[in-house]
Amino acid sequence: MSIFVNAETRLVVQGITGRDGSFHARQMLEYGTQVVAGVTPGKGGQTFEGRVPVFHTVADAVKATDANTSVIYVPPALAAGAIAEAADAGIKFIVAITEGIPVLDMARVLPFVRERSCRLLGPNCPGLISPGSAKVGIIPGQICAPGRVGLVSRSGTLTYEVVNHLTRNGIGQSTCVGIGGDPLIGTNFIDVLRAFQDDPATDVIVMLGEIGGTDEQKAAEFVADYVRKPVVGFIAGQTAPKGRRMGHAGAIISGASGTAEEKLEAFRRAGIAVMQRPVDVVELVGAAKR
Amino acid sequence: MNLHEYQARDLLRTAGIPVPEGGVATSPDQVEAIARRLGGTVVVKAQVHAGGRGKAGGVKLARDPGEARKAGTAILGMQIKGLVVEKVLVVPAADIASESYLGLIMDRESQRPVFMVSAAGGVDIEEVAAKTPEKITRLPVDPRYGLLAHQALGLGLVLYQDFQQARAAAAIMQQLYGVFVANGASLAEINPLVTTAAGQVLALDAKISIDDNELDRRPDLAALRDESAEEPSEVAARKAGLSFIKLDGDVGCVVNGAGLAMATMDLVKFYGGQPANFLDIGGSSNPEKVVSALRIITADRNVKAILFNIFGGITRTDDVANGIVTATRQFKVDLPIVIRLTGTNEAEAFRILEAVGMRALSDMDEAVKQVVALARGAAAKGGAA
Repeated sequence: MSIFVNAETRLVVQGITGRDGSFHARQMLEYGTQVVAGVTPGKGGQTFEGRVPVFHTVADAVKATDANTSVIYVPPALAAGAIAEAADAGIKFIVAITEGIPVLDMARVLPFVRERSCRLLGPNCPGLISPGSAKVGIIPGQICAPGRVGLVSRSGTLTYEVVNHLTRNGIGQSTCVGIGGDPLIGTNFIDVLRAFQDDPATDVIVMLGEIGGTDEQKAAEFVADYVRKPVVGFIAGQTAPKGRRMGHAGAIISGASGTAEEKLEAFRRAGIAVMQRPVDVVELVGAAKR
Repeated sequence: MNLHEYQARDLLRTAGIPVPEGGVATSPDQVEAIARRLGGTVVVKAQVHAGGRGKAGGVKLARDPGEARKAGTAILGMQIKGLVVEKVLVVPAADIASESYLGLIMDRESQRPVFMVSAAGGVDIEEVAAKTPEKITRLPVDPRYGLLAHQALGLGLVLYQDFQQARAAAAIMQQLYGVFVANGASLAEINPLVTTAAGQVLALDAKISIDDNELDRRPDLAALRDESAEEPSEVAARKAGLSFIKLDGDVGCVVNGAGLAMATMDLVKFYGGQPANFLDIGGSSNPEKVVSALRIITADRNVKAILFNIFGGITRTDDVANGIVTATRQFKVDLPIVIRLTGTNEAEAFRILEAVGMRALSDMDEAVKQVVALARGAAAKGGAA
């Protein structure tokens, strides 16, 4: 078992003929993900890699292939429109990889997606992987292994660093989820924590946060109230100065709020085991499993 | 991207918001001429992207054109938080009866633009928010409908008991919302919004930040960027497609991914060092970016040692290795470099580096410990010499 994606996932890739879309569609196929369709307006009727049919619209793709999940690699100016199109076509889980979507576009499309009972992961995220069954996005498959640790993170490569430590030490993962570094995102820490708590295949949860905003503090409160599984946490950006945006649009300390200290304190209050360094995940997850 | 006050005022004025007359000057002559045109007492204000202008002496009152000229001479060319003042705004000193705060920000929590209004204006609103949050009224706006008339009037009545003034403030709020949406702002603020002795409602100072993600599709907004008001190394980094922030330490860091870049800085500190910068080379790597990154980092004289920390996913570690080799051929790097590479094409990357006598590590902690020791050793040697 796992959360959000599994062997039943039937994936449509929006932007499959683009540079990033085609590269990652190939990687997902190689991993064994059921990539059932691609969408690029104007290229309907083509076939990708000799086996994946390409359609003009997501609606056409869903009708022909029963796709239930979408992943988006279209350029930022068109990405919010692509999200809305997938939601309108009845897709229930959308993963937006695209970086650089204007925030006002997201503010408009998020309620549109929710009204259609659809879950959006991202944007500006690495996607997710349920090792051994499905990879949707760009997380390298070879650094993951099937197992019982659920991981949720704001970032991409920091996730790889931590997952790599786990896998090398024989600790596999149920699902690794990157929620994205933008200020407005579709799925937050709490959504993923709830799913891991309810997932019988997950025993321990790892949460990788960063400076900026209050999502980690709220997640910590949720852990205290609702999560009965052990949680291990990390906050990146302890050395970040105030008022400067650290790459991610959301990673900015404004005023007294959003600092690493504030977040770590919230973690400790909630009984979350705090990692000082990425490598500490091995020992803390090991201790939690015992 | 932050706009200067004078640029923000122009956007407000274009939208119909009442803003006092004024002018922008780059020389004391121009300051004097504007003061003469405006007549009466004026305020001369430094146009830099730094808080605390007033405390730094960058805002001066002048009673006549002669005093204005003197104020201009004093402020133009002065440094505020390391930034040289190249422009001043000259505005008439308003006859203020009351000051309020009016702000519109993109709020992460409600995922909507949120209006914040407070009768406690003219001061640091973050301080008000932290100490007396009850003095701020918040209203999330549904971006599909915008700020509705009754909502605006409700907020206006929070600020003013006088109905005409409340209605004037409501009109300004709807116009401010229009400016926010039309320009892809992440923040638009009028502080203070004042009433004059004659009862007029005016926007006295304005601050607007544009969402960086809008700039690609809005060249008109991108053109408002003032590079002279930014750290030169950060301008160079942006042009090279790098995300860079200069810090005060001596360990230069080149990392792929923002989260890992922050975690790397933290680990440098953990092992007793001080990071010299935040630098994210981004996802799809090309060797050129690595060359630019090395140029920017080596230009900082505080840097004693350089760390590469690359976890290859989309980023190919062989591209990064090629970039390091190219850079060290193009210009002499006198500083010790510690390279940590792992992930996509790492065997090839190690081979490329070994061919030129460089060595890479695969463990992040080991690499950070080494670079911190090298920086410390160099600092000790420098101190003895």
